[in-house]
Amino acid sequence: MESFLDTWGITAMVFAPLVGVLAMMFVPEKEEELHKTIALVATVVSAIVGILLLANFDYGNSGVLQFVVDRSWIDVISARYSLGVDGISLPLVALTLLVVPLVIVYSWHHIPEPGNAKAFLMLTLVLHTGMLGTFVAQDLVLFFVFFEVVLLPMYFMIGVWGGEQRLYAAIKFFLYTLFGSAFMLVSFLALYWLTGSQTFDMVELAQRVQSEGLTTTEQVLLFGGMFLGFGIKVPMFPFHTWLPDAHTQAPTQGSVILAAVMLKLGTYGFVRIALPILPQGAQQWAPWIGLLAVIGIIYGALGCLAQTDMKRLIAFSSVAHMGYVMLGIATLTDFGINAAIFGMVAHGLITGMLFFVAGSVKERYHTLEIKRLGGLLIQAPRMGWILGITTMASLGLPGLAGFWGEFPVILASWQPSAGLNTTLFRVYMVVAAVGTVLAAGYLLWLLQRTAFGNPTEEFADDPHIHDTVFTEWVAWVPMLILIVVLGFVPSLIFDVTNEPVSLVGDVFEALGN
Amino acid sequence: MIEFVRPHIDWHAFAPELIVLFWGALVTIVDLVFLERARRIMGPLTGIGFLLAMIPVLTLWDQADDLPRVLFDGAYVVDNYALLLKGLFLISGYVIVLLSSNYMAEGDYYDSEFYQLIGASILGMLVMTSARDLISIFIALELLSIPAYLMAAWRKRDLKSNEAGLKYMLMGVFASGILLYGMSLLYGAAADTRLSEIGAALADGESTPLVTLGVLFTIIGFAFKVSAVPFHTWAPDTYEGAPTPLTAFLAVASKTAGFVALLNVVLFAFGDQSDLVEPFMWILAAATMTVGNLVALRQTNIVRMLAYSGIGQAGYMLAPLAVYGNRPAQAQQAVVIYLLIYAAMNLGAFAVVIIAARKTRSGEIESFGGMLRYAPGITLAMTIFLFSLSGVPPMGGFWAKFWVFKVLTDGWELWGTLLALVVAVNSVVAAFYYLNVAKQMWFLPTRDGDESPLVIPPALVAAVAITVAVTLITGVTGLVPDWADFPALAAAP
Repeated sequence: MESFLDTWGITAMVFAPLVGVLAMMFVPEKEEELHKTIALVATVVSAIVGILLLANFDYGNSGVLQFVVDRSWIDVISARYSLGVDGISLPLVALTLLVVPLVIVYSWHHIPEPGNAKAFLMLTLVLHTGMLGTFVAQDLVLFFVFFEVVLLPMYFMIGVWGGEQRLYAAIKFFLYTLFGSAFMLVSFLALYWLTGSQTFDMVELAQRVQSEGLTTTEQVLLFGGMFLGFGIKVPMFPFHTWLPDAHTQAPTQGSVILAAVMLKLGTYGFVRIALPILPQGAQQWAPWIGLLAVIGIIYGALGCLAQTDMKRLIAFSSVAHMGYVMLGIATLTDFGINAAIFGMVAHGLITGMLFFVAGSVKERYHTLEIKRLGGLLIQAPRMGWILGITTMASLGLPGLAGFWGEFPVILASWQPSAGLNTTLFRVYMVVAAVGTVLAAGYLLWLLQRTAFGNPTEEFADDPHIHDTVFTEWVAWVPMLILIVVLGFVPSLIFDVTNEPVSLVGDVFEALGN
Repeated sequence: MIEFVRPHIDWHAFAPELIVLFWGALVTIVDLVFLERARRIMGPLTGIGFLLAMIPVLTLWDQADDLPRVLFDGAYVVDNYALLLKGLFLISGYVIVLLSSNYMAEGDYYDSEFYQLIGASILGMLVMTSARDLISIFIALELLSIPAYLMAAWRKRDLKSNEAGLKYMLMGVFASGILLYGMSLLYGAAADTRLSEIGAALADGESTPLVTLGVLFTIIGFAFKVSAVPFHTWAPDTYEGAPTPLTAFLAVASKTAGFVALLNVVLFAFGDQSDLVEPFMWILAAATMTVGNLVALRQTNIVRMLAYSGIGQAGYMLAPLAVYGNRPAQAQQAVVIYLLIYAAMNLGAFAVVIIAARKTRSGEIESFGGMLRYAPGITLAMTIFLFSLSGVPPMGGFWAKFWVFKVLTDGWELWGTLLALVVAVNSVVAAFYYLNVAKQMWFLPTRDGDESPLVIPPALVAAVAITVAVTLITGVTGLVPDWADFPALAAAP
């Protein structure tokens, strides 16, 4: 068993969904139930393998890549099929493995208009493979391929099953991301040539960059290319404009996957690739990344206050929350990066949950316009409470997961890495702290207007409005439990991430002194 | 009086060309003897000829140790570079025949002659891959072009088709004139027609205005053929007016042949002229991709869009030649990989256009609306081609671009890296119009409301299957680079 996990475990986990896609190709479109079953089985198989990997993971050595697979792939360019898991990727892999099956359960009764469960679920499975692959790839070319594979299914998900402005949102999402990745690819290749190492292996590249002594200018330029690729995906201000459109127009499942996992591909890229490989470049960029991050926090919050649509409001809150994650990364300290990874997972769970609830509200009320909603606690009390808990988690209430993604980031900005300007980051700290107040403002305001009070006249006697149904419970309970558990026992994640992150942090400490 | 000595001929190395030649003669005789009765088998017969010619290509490839085989004192070389491209032309020819069979029969055009001309043109391309001599290059070029002029005007009762043929011929002849003038100047400088000798002579001699003119005119002559900006103006009109299978032929096989000629001349004769050629290619590449992609954005006709997209793609293929000086082998490799993958994805896209036009009788991009509902398989195939053309993994087109990026960023040289960024920005612009077609197929309703399932003839299904397979297999595995490793130039200084 263990030898299977060591040699085939990760591959099986990543490609199990694709096997599901192959099987679904041969099933006619009419057999919707069968399609849903196959899709669920494929993701559950992937999750079971993932759980076995998690169970056999050596937590004492989370800084070391485990279950490594390293085979030749394209010899001429020495690109390798190289996969592995360490403490940085583990929480994100787990998050992906959890969220996607839940999305499929949710889809059981919620295939969005215009139907066609077959195509919808096949795209979801392709997305799943792409996201998992990105988190475990240890070779830049392989990473890039997985990173891009995610684009196609999401493009179609938004374009076919999305809202009224779906065409615009889909193409905007696609072009923005493609633009970033094109520059990222140029950076990757330049790195390949500059280090003269003829390898795309992430760990080896990081060593070669130091031993070959790439100049700071070169590192700053290369980091710039990667910054475009990852920063647009995050998305950071001022590249965030695709996000509100994509989120608002995407079907519920698409929004959940986007918020819960896809945005993390960008932040993960910073932690896994950009920082360790180009530390000097990162040091030069860090103040600017910090600046854009705090602008994102405030801008996202102000954007939220101006929204009239519930889904769009949640989308803007994502901009703000990802701002905290990026600020944590920009401090270049153990503390900040640990908090950033925690923030990724927490944001994934919480915002994913918010989009789930928004989707269910939309399904019942056929609108998400905040001023037409109200009295959710009366009409659908359980759903109202779920919305309540989730907004509390989102605004960073201690005892829930959101707290550990924000508070430590703010603390970390007090003392950034040695090479950075402390005063500047303390200013960022104050601004970020103000951001939490604004967050409380818009989230409570949202809750107040949608859940409290009496239902509006329009919907008061609408028979369609009912409380949470079975598939919703199945999809939501695991996420809610995790939000609470992580809130009380944050060490579940911090213990795993700390060791690999401190390896990254050490590099910057050495640089600063 | 000089006694004529027959040069030694390596019949095996020459077999692919001979098979196509004799098979063409056979097809003509069958046509003459059986007249109308043979019409139905002419297409398949021609296709079989191309596949037969693949046999010696494969056996030659198999005897890799004997390569390169040099014929006629170095004027004709069969190496793995030439063989790979011969394979490409033969398979492309086969797919073109598949695309033509229903089109020709149902449109009631002359079809026997059409296939014979395709065969002649493919023969010219086969010769081009091995031609290392100005005269054989020129003969190959005319052999592949003249049948194409005729075929472009094949729908002879249609004004647009006549315009297509005439425009193509006039521009083609004009380009040939410039090319010949350039070649004559080169001959004057080197006193030899073989590329290797010209290369040596140019390297030794000093650079005179005459040589400069010769080099530039030769390149411009081929620039017409590959429709590089500003020599591209014939392409959209010709593509739109010509019969669609022939458009596919021009956009893929004919353009590839132009690139092969360009590669041969630049790499084997102008190896030491990189100071002159590189900046020229840089401008040509940047202008070609930018103009092609920007104009493609505004097209409403699918064939015209593909024409301009083809111009954009030609720009990417020219890009490696802007940095070939220090790394000719890598540049050659990048261009050949691009040509291989481009052939598959572009032929596939044209196959889908032909299939769609059978139902919609229209060339407008809007006519693709709602295809997901009545032809899901074709929609999926077209989606694969479109994403491949945009360069998104895991499709073949991604690797094509990857190798271009790789050779451009090599050495972290300013101009190469800048061109890589131009390619990057262009890819994003191009994605917009490719996705516009995907949008019609997936997101929008059918225009006429007719959603009865599409019946697709088996020949077209086969064409789509072959091209999808190549696009996906090269994309997922990244296999092509393993074959496209050309030691000939790598060993040269």
